[in-house]
Amino acid sequence: MEELLAIFSITALSSVLAFSAPLIFAALGETWSERAGVINLSVEGTMMMGALTGFAAAKVTESLVIGFVAAMAVGAAMSAIVAFGSITLDRDQVAIGFVLALLGVELSSFLGTPFVRIPGVAVRPLPIPILADIPILGPLFFDQDIVTYLSFILIVFTWFWFYRTQAGLVLRGIGERPEAAFARGVNVIRLRYIYTLIGGAMIGFGGAAFSLHVILGWSYRHTANFGWIALAIVIFGGWHPYRVAMGAYLFGLIRAAATGLQSAIPGVPVQVFPLLPFPLMILTLIIFNSDSLERLKLYLPTRVQRSLTSFLRSTPPAGLGKHFEQD
Amino acid sequence: MKRSFSPVAVGVAPVLLALLVTSLIIIIAGAQPLEVFLAIINGSFGTAIKISDTFVVWVSLAICSAGLLVTFRAGQWNIGVEGQIVLGAIGAVWATRLFEGGAPALVISTMLLLGMIAGALWGVLVGLLKIYGGVNEIFGGLGLNFVATSMTIYLISGPWKPEGTSSVSASKLLPNEIWLPTLEGLRVSPVSIVLALIVIVLVFLALRGTIWGLELKAVGQNDRSAFVLGVPTQRILLSAYTVCGICAGLVGAILVAGVRHQLVVNISAGYGFFSILIVLLSGFTAVWSPLIAFFFAALGIGGTALRLGLDLDSSLSGVLQGVLVVSFELVQGIRQKWFGGDN
Repeated sequence: MEELLAIFSITALSSVLAFSAPLIFAALGETWSERAGVINLSVEGTMMMGALTGFAAAKVTESLVIGFVAAMAVGAAMSAIVAFGSITLDRDQVAIGFVLALLGVELSSFLGTPFVRIPGVAVRPLPIPILADIPILGPLFFDQDIVTYLSFILIVFTWFWFYRTQAGLVLRGIGERPEAAFARGVNVIRLRYIYTLIGGAMIGFGGAAFSLHVILGWSYRHTANFGWIALAIVIFGGWHPYRVAMGAYLFGLIRAAATGLQSAIPGVPVQVFPLLPFPLMILTLIIFNSDSLERLKLYLPTRVQRSLTSFLRSTPPAGLGKHFEQD
Repeated sequence: MKRSFSPVAVGVAPVLLALLVTSLIIIIAGAQPLEVFLAIINGSFGTAIKISDTFVVWVSLAICSAGLLVTFRAGQWNIGVEGQIVLGAIGAVWATRLFEGGAPALVISTMLLLGMIAGALWGVLVGLLKIYGGVNEIFGGLGLNFVATSMTIYLISGPWKPEGTSSVSASKLLPNEIWLPTLEGLRVSPVSIVLALIVIVLVFLALRGTIWGLELKAVGQNDRSAFVLGVPTQRILLSAYTVCGICAGLVGAILVAGVRHQLVVNISAGYGFFSILIVLLSGFTAVWSPLIAFFFAALGIGGTALRLGLDLDSSLSGVLQGVLVVSFELVQGIRQKWFGGDN
């Protein structure tokens, strides 16, 4: 029990925030893409290639900036294939994304051999003076490194862009009703390309954040399964930036709890625990999506029902994955 | 006036594109493309042993892609196929524990049977989650894949741990009598090849000449109108998952009875995922997928030679397969969009 409670200590929570940062980038990147109407199923492979590229480029050039930029370029390039295949050529988005997911994994294994388990560079902690000394909030939000700060900023920025800017309104429009947006004079295809590439770059950044910030270096299938989880988190988060972020943090928390439980339940083999968060995450997804939750809601007072409905709303953008032809 | 591609160009263009891209990747990795390709060919067809190894892999890929043809026909992305293979393997090992010391023929048949049942159950679960839980089959399947892996790890490091070892990488090696009989000096078992051929023919006939095959197609193309026209949509979906699960479970059972002879953590080795690529590349046809499966099997076996001969990672064959499918998708799309080709 103590082990379980320990994950709620400030240090533990602070490391959950740092650990979840790569997932924040990947899941929010996917949210940008899907909100514009394009499912980029390649996240698993894109993150893997981002992690390898980021680490390798930073190691060779001894520059973290170049590492992250290279990872973003690779992520954008992979999403460009998804965009070209699905937006321009009208091929099955899921098919192209899935193949790229496998391809990215295999390619990272092939090209990554020289970089396996060698020391490299890493993002250094960067406590913000004065703010870091605030009790509780300080260690959580101001005693992190630049990657974690950026993940915080991206969450708020994504929300702001989606819901407080004209461009964000258009972004949501091309994902929900591309015909209507096009009738209003929006170049749907160009914008879908742009947002898919931006999303892909974020996913690549998430991969680099993994190898340069969370689990340092490169090993065979370094980010295994995190891309799939990022995809699940987007659905869990109902395509809303704050809820997506919560999903990523929930995953970090479950993972920390699983590690904590390891010593608490001696009967179960140690190797099972690192895998547990993945089915658990999917299970949560099922509960949130199922009708039983809807039925349960009916027993609550109307006011609670209404606010709960708007919070738990998780319908995908109406135009998600659908081909759009503009003439 | 739109020009059209000749059918030969449609087949050859993706292959050339894939070879070109893969050559670039090989050069980036600091090796000679020609040397690498020759090593792969040599590694898959060089000796009788290697050809037989290619057939061992072919059996898994061919049976699995036959099953996936069924779920794809019903419009389902059965990514859970990987876990269904694992469950088949678990079922097979379980059978050996139930009938320990029984007549070999009986034990082997039970292994295959229990494997198929376990795979089918795991497949139906994906369908049930989709129909009653509203969970997209891709995520339901992925989740169940993780659960299957966790189960394997639990079994081989817990209840099925071999006595007297501290190793947690495999269950006890099965006694020789209950291995699928193989050809003299080779690893391939004729029984498994016969099983694969039976599955391929059955799936081909079922998709082509039965009402069930038509109903699958109706559900896959438009489940709403299929439902309105009186097709029992949910039952058809579940039947598709059952059949694919049976095929995947059979693969798992064959992997235990004929290849690994024990339960190991990564027993399916990605066969399920690569079978999805095979089905995509075959254009969802039952005639082409066994042939492409053979090509993929040869690449896979040839790839393992790279590590020994050229000090390159064997994942290059996976890269080549992936690049090939991406090229195929893009070339098909370009042909349809700009050259007026049809499907």
